[in-house]
Amino acid sequence: MSWFEKLMPSRIRTVPGNKRQVPEGVWSKCDGCSAVLYRSELERNQDVCPKCSHHMRIGARRRLDIFLDPESREEIGEGLEPIDTLKFRDSKKYRDRLAQAQKVTGEKDALVVMRGKLLGIPIVAAAFEFRFMGGSMGAVVGERFVRAADTALEHRIPLICFAASGGARMQEALFSLMQMGKTSAVLARLSAEGIPYISVLTDPTMGGVSASLSMLGDINIAEPRALIGFAGPRVIEQTVREKLPDGFQRSEFLLEHGAIDMIIDRREQREEIGNLLSMLTHRS
Amino acid sequence: MNLNFLDFEQPIAELEAKIDELRYVGDDAEINIEEEITRLQAKSKALTEAIFSNLTPWQVAQVARHPQRPYTLDYLVRTFTDFQELHGDRSFADDPAILAGLARLDDRPVMVIGHQKGRDTREKLHRNFGMPRPEGYRKALRLMKMAERFKLPILTLIDTPGAYPGIDAEERGQSEAIARNLFEMAGLRTPIICTVVGEGGSGGALAIGLGDRTLMLQYSTYSVISPEGCASILWKSAEKAADAAEALGITSNRLKELGLIDVIVSEPLGGAHRDVDLMADRIRLTLKEELAALDEIPVDELLEKRYERFMSYGKFSEK
Repeated sequence: MSWFEKLMPSRIRTVPGNKRQVPEGVWSKCDGCSAVLYRSELERNQDVCPKCSHHMRIGARRRLDIFLDPESREEIGEGLEPIDTLKFRDSKKYRDRLAQAQKVTGEKDALVVMRGKLLGIPIVAAAFEFRFMGGSMGAVVGERFVRAADTALEHRIPLICFAASGGARMQEALFSLMQMGKTSAVLARLSAEGIPYISVLTDPTMGGVSASLSMLGDINIAEPRALIGFAGPRVIEQTVREKLPDGFQRSEFLLEHGAIDMIIDRREQREEIGNLLSMLTHRS
Repeated sequence: MNLNFLDFEQPIAELEAKIDELRYVGDDAEINIEEEITRLQAKSKALTEAIFSNLTPWQVAQVARHPQRPYTLDYLVRTFTDFQELHGDRSFADDPAILAGLARLDDRPVMVIGHQKGRDTREKLHRNFGMPRPEGYRKALRLMKMAERFKLPILTLIDTPGAYPGIDAEERGQSEAIARNLFEMAGLRTPIICTVVGEGGSGGALAIGLGDRTLMLQYSTYSVISPEGCASILWKSAEKAADAAEALGITSNRLKELGLIDVIVSEPLGGAHRDVDLMADRIRLTLKEELAALDEIPVDELLEKRYERFMSYGKFSEK
């Protein structure tokens, strides 16, 4: 509290932050440029700020809904549910954290997989739900990813995965680490069979998910300004004890350093990825 | 040997100090010193057995990081012969945090790849505390592929706090380097045996840790995150590392129960550093035995089994 605020009698003091609060549902504030946006306009724009093109984080189902053709969608692995093998308990029980995440997101776990079409091309698409425990990868995420890849293999159709994850799920301990091996191994099969795999890295993609399935695309694509890396920026800062360069671990940084093939605006992804796939699969 | 005793070993340290004192006074004492020393030594051994038969996961983590814990190089000159180090990833640099090269396991040529930590400050810095950069993983991959070409089994020794979290490592694609190794190791047409000899730190360990068999030394650890890291994220306090170690189940016993590793190589009483030669020999015998078993399996079947193994990781329910 500043000296000025201290002098002020409490009845004329206003709580900062309250006055500019945006009513929920109708208006949204852009995290990039702080512009107040009409919610339905933002939705029409695929949750990309019409003023500054900031790409907001979106849920897995919305992601797939935007990306896939509306007809002939079929969910894969929806019956899979996480179990707490280790009876893991930190400040909260893992079981309670799961129940909470399931309630908030309406999902059983952090990856949603669908078979469907992109501009008429049959594909399998997977998307991470970041709001589900930070999109962390445990056994169900690993298994659903494998089933997505298996479906792609079986029907010889491309696989596309939209990553958004903090990494491996600590509450599943070493089991979650092994999901990195599991998902990478199935991608090796896909690759050997000549089935295209396109990885789309969205904000944020870190840790074990970054260091496995999401860096292994035949083509790696990122959304603009997404945070992508192995170690988190805070951990790096503490380790090297220097300030991180501007734009460090952002999509543009990765493109410059050769880690990804391209950056594609969300609103153009259907067209562009469809075009890439049609070339990889020799369609006209 | 001047042993560094850990906190929970203090009772042993006190006994050992007493034994040393007795040796000093040796000659001019009237009682039979030798007898007393033998008695105390037996007591020290019994005490060590008692303490080590009941270590908490956090105490095991301390043993795994013991300053005198044998590192990859200590085993390279004992478990193996004729070690010829091979350097470099052919595109950027040679990473001293990963050692790799040809060696013989008894008569048989093998490819050995392991993390290497440093003993004194200078070497610690040189080895970057055993935390590899992308070029380390890429060197490992280059040599694993070479092993595949020349039909040499790959034996990895794991001992790292994790992949290096640094600016340069990120710039050169730490994530991709790890991911690429996982991807390639799944399909290498030669037997792979991975042995955790100290700390199995997360993705940095796994990047040379996928294969047909996973072995752990008795007091080594293997975890998705360090107990301190986990504690500071989930408990918001690094002080809770002991609780995190417990919850994460990082010890060889626990991981064997969970079916995540195959073999525990028992350590000499008091830990591998108490008798490095004995430890190295036990590793040699276990590796030979496991390799002989893998030799029986035709390579296509080996790869199929490896794949099934990876696919079996993780439990869930299905409705």
